[in-house]
Amino acid sequence: MTQPTLGVLALQGAFREHRHRLQTLGAPVKEVRLPADLRGLSGLIIPGGESTTMARLMTDYVLWQPVRDFYARGGALWGTCAGAILLARDVQGAPPQFGVQDSLNLMDIRVRRNAFGRQVDSFTTPLAVAGLQQPFPAVFIRAPVIERVGEGVEILAEHDGQVVLARQGRLLASSFHPELTLDPRLHELFLGLVNETVLESVR
Amino acid sequence: MTDSQTGTPQTGTPQIKQGFAEMFKGGVIMDVVTADQARIAEAAGATAVMALERVPADIRKDGGVARMSDPSMIKEIIGAVTIPVMAKARIGHIVEAQILQALGVDFIDESEVLTPADDQFHILKHGFKVPFVCGAKNLGEALRRIGEGASMIRTKGEAGTGNVIEAVRHARTILGEIRAIQTRPPEELMTVARDLQAPYDLIQYVHAHGKLPVVNFAAGGIATPADAALMMHLGLDGVFVGSGIFKSDNPERRAHAIVKAVTHFDNPDMLAEISENLGAPMTGINIDDLIPAERLASRGW
Repeated sequence: MTQPTLGVLALQGAFREHRHRLQTLGAPVKEVRLPADLRGLSGLIIPGGESTTMARLMTDYVLWQPVRDFYARGGALWGTCAGAILLARDVQGAPPQFGVQDSLNLMDIRVRRNAFGRQVDSFTTPLAVAGLQQPFPAVFIRAPVIERVGEGVEILAEHDGQVVLARQGRLLASSFHPELTLDPRLHELFLGLVNETVLESVR
Repeated sequence: MTDSQTGTPQTGTPQIKQGFAEMFKGGVIMDVVTADQARIAEAAGATAVMALERVPADIRKDGGVARMSDPSMIKEIIGAVTIPVMAKARIGHIVEAQILQALGVDFIDESEVLTPADDQFHILKHGFKVPFVCGAKNLGEALRRIGEGASMIRTKGEAGTGNVIEAVRHARTILGEIRAIQTRPPEELMTVARDLQAPYDLIQYVHAHGKLPVVNFAAGGIATPADAALMMHLGLDGVFVGSGIFKSDNPERRAHAIVKAVTHFDNPDMLAEISENLGAPMTGINIDDLIPAERLASRGW
């Protein structure tokens, strides 16, 4: 069986770290900057960075609908930090001058931006993750939290009673940055999710 | 970077500070002097703003001592946008840095664009929770700043000139020196460290990885989308734009175009489209016309 190709949205932010991690795990990876780059992908990672910047560029390059279509065709998506904000149905804490912040409106979660404060409040912590034997070394940088999860959203990790990792079918959202650690376990989890999806679509 | 497998939440670690800088990659950080400009920068897709009292072109014009900005102005800008806010402290001015940290700025730029406070020593940055970005003209200077705790490096260029030649010179110098180190056998590295006056462990890092241990942005004289794309093409991680935006005819359009140019730096068709009809860029200064005392890049060591 050929390995499914993964994409990393490369508009801005920590896309190289995700690409390197996936390559280390043996997955073919493509950087996505324009709609045509989505062709042939099975999964897409939306990295951390600045969500307002990425949202602006998603509009400029007409990426919103093509990414939604990619999901509708059976693609899997993982948003980390700013990426989680872009996946959410409901975004709180956007700058007032922006009105409602654009998002892909795919995952039934409400996300609050910069929920832990400014950069001086950013932190690292060992995080208990459902299904992992050992805690995951989570890096929270001006991180959002998942304030509300809808039905069918599985909570995979909480910090201080707030949801920071969740899954809904082919959608995964983390408010922290697994790509900034040396720990490959969450990328393995996403690859597993992509493989499940491919198998399902073959069936 | 190390993983924290055990213990309670930790703040202000090198991993947190350097990881934050990673989030700016492929992005543009814009100088702003008012809350309105900060909103324009945010709407144009800046990944962060640099709050300062006067952009470098005006500092150059006005002369006098350039210092940290008024805290009320920095607070106003912090209140105006949700993207990270950076602010400048004078080289070696420990107290200005403490004040900026107390104000909650997200990044401190220990900057040669302001008048230096100390002609011998830079701030020891490890002790701060807030990360620092420092300027550098060459690899030794970059590694000395990282040794002091800088979490991000920017090439100095010649700020406020709208002339990219110095930014190119500094980028080529640093990247060329990195490539040169990679070709040296390990037993020569201590001598390389001596020659560059740089910490030995950081020379070893550069030898092993072929890059700086922190994010490296371009700055100083970037005025057009093509300038920004050129710096990305040379191998930098992102750009700072100062006077280039708000000293041009149409700041909104230009800011937006420069953001796009950084994402699509390797797509000339796109760059051609982006560069159209932006109005007049800032008037540049020929660097050969500057007397040595007017050169900002020579500050810091």
